[in-house]
Amino acid sequence: MSVALNVLTVVAVVAGAFFFLAGTVGLLRFPDTLTRLHALTKADNLGLGLVVLGLLPHVGSVLAGIKLVAIWLLVLLSGAVASQLIARATRQRDPNA
Amino acid sequence: MMEALNAGLALLLLALAVWTIVARDAFAAVAGFIAYGLLLTLAWVQLSGVDVALTEAAIGGGLTGALLIGAVGRLRDTEATARVERPKALTRALAALVAGAVTVALALCVLTLPDPAPTLAPDVAANIAATGVGNPITAVLLAFRAMDTLLEAIVLVFALIGVWSLAPDRAWGGRPGVRHVADPNGILAYIARVLPPIGIIVGMYIFWAGADHPGGKFQGATILAAMWLLVMMAGLTDAPPISRAWLRIGLVAGPLVFIAIGLAGAVTAGAFLAYPDGYAKPLIIVIELALMPTLALILALLLVGAPQRTIQR
Amino acid sequence: MADFLLAASGFVLLMVAVGLARILRGPGDADRMMAAQLLGTGGIAALLLLGAATGEDAVVDVALTLALLAAFASIAFVKAARTASRDEAATGNEK
Repeated sequence: MSVALNVLTVVAVVAGAFFFLAGTVGLLRFPDTLTRLHALTKADNLGLGLVVLGLLPHVGSVLAGIKLVAIWLLVLLSGAVASQLIARATRQRDPNA
Repeated sequence: MMEALNAGLALLLLALAVWTIVARDAFAAVAGFIAYGLLLTLAWVQLSGVDVALTEAAIGGGLTGALLIGAVGRLRDTEATARVERPKALTRALAALVAGAVTVALALCVLTLPDPAPTLAPDVAANIAATGVGNPITAVLLAFRAMDTLLEAIVLVFALIGVWSLAPDRAWGGRPGVRHVADPNGILAYIARVLPPIGIIVGMYIFWAGADHPGGKFQGATILAAMWLLVMMAGLTDAPPISRAWLRIGLVAGPLVFIAIGLAGAVTAGAFLAYPDGYAKPLIIVIELALMPTLALILALLLVGAPQRTIQR
Repeated sequence: MADFLLAASGFVLLMVAVGLARILRGPGDADRMMAAQLLGTGGIAALLLLGAATGEDAVVDVALTLALLAAFASIAFVKAARTASRDEAATGNEK
């Protein structure tokens, strides 16, 4: 049982790290602000989500597990709002972007 | 593995610090500073200072960043002229010399510390049972060195009065800052309605957890202040005029309760801020409960600034 | 497992550092705001991995606080940038 959980952790954390890599590469290589924003949110949602999923088998208590999921949901929420606001600000400044 | 991680973190911190100083645009420097604060949180965790990491995350990452953003906003008009002036070469050489000397002195102090460093931690561990709390940081802050905490709270009130003193005479007693406007159906108003309830729960939880785990009133108060500021930024509520009675009572209530308990301790237990046997934990809880609203008020008002709008009569 | 988690934490930090280098230098305020966003999320991920690696449970509380305050700081940042650009546009229109 614990072997399966360890495998889950490794797979999920590696996948999460991959999405962080993908997000960073997108951030560096995409041509303009709005597309870079899109890449950034991939790291937010999937990268952190997979890392949280991978760490859930290792928490010491149910409360800690709830906190981990709450952290992910908070980051999702704030990332969505901040991205909206940034995109709107960029669109206002440069309507052709 | 751990050493490599720590070395990488230290290098990243140094690089960010240098970048923050040399950045041309003040806005960019503030972004660097916020990033620096967030990374410093990681450094504190690596140094096993989880309470300090909590405070760094709350104050360094969030509140100080917002404070500096507000300052940069006010400085935008004069930034062009400020950038044109550059000090003479002699002044810059002197500044570099002094900064270098201070760095060398600090490095020497750290590197020549005796090993093991002198510490009172064993004394704290020996006497912590008398205080009734499990977290040694809370025990030191509110039992062994309660005097320092009291004076810090009073200093914060003075800082707020100092900020208020920047108000123009005609605006004294009025509302600080400007009225923020945002689309009431927009996304800023949305998050200002959704996040604060969550933030209040987390803030109260961190406050309560401070007894036995890292946390406490200061970090909890910072979270509460940040949530109030968010609601103000979205225009859902306005900053209160500083002449309001509830505001002023709230500001002094915390330190007053603290002083009252101290005086009671002088009468019943022999010294100012001494706790009678068995009453330590309840008294600590009362002090924390009284101080938290005061701290949240002070932190939020420090960020909003000096009164700018006259009271409508 | 602890070593693996430490390595993962270091990798995430490296990604954040690389992303920061580009964004902090990036033209325009939007790129800088994205820097704050990226650092918040990456920092939280690295923190959680570190906490799991060392077995320190209180680190989750730090990550929770960081999530809240990073959200607050990002929003304050964006709002300030928008106000600034609106002021510039207004004064530009008057000229």
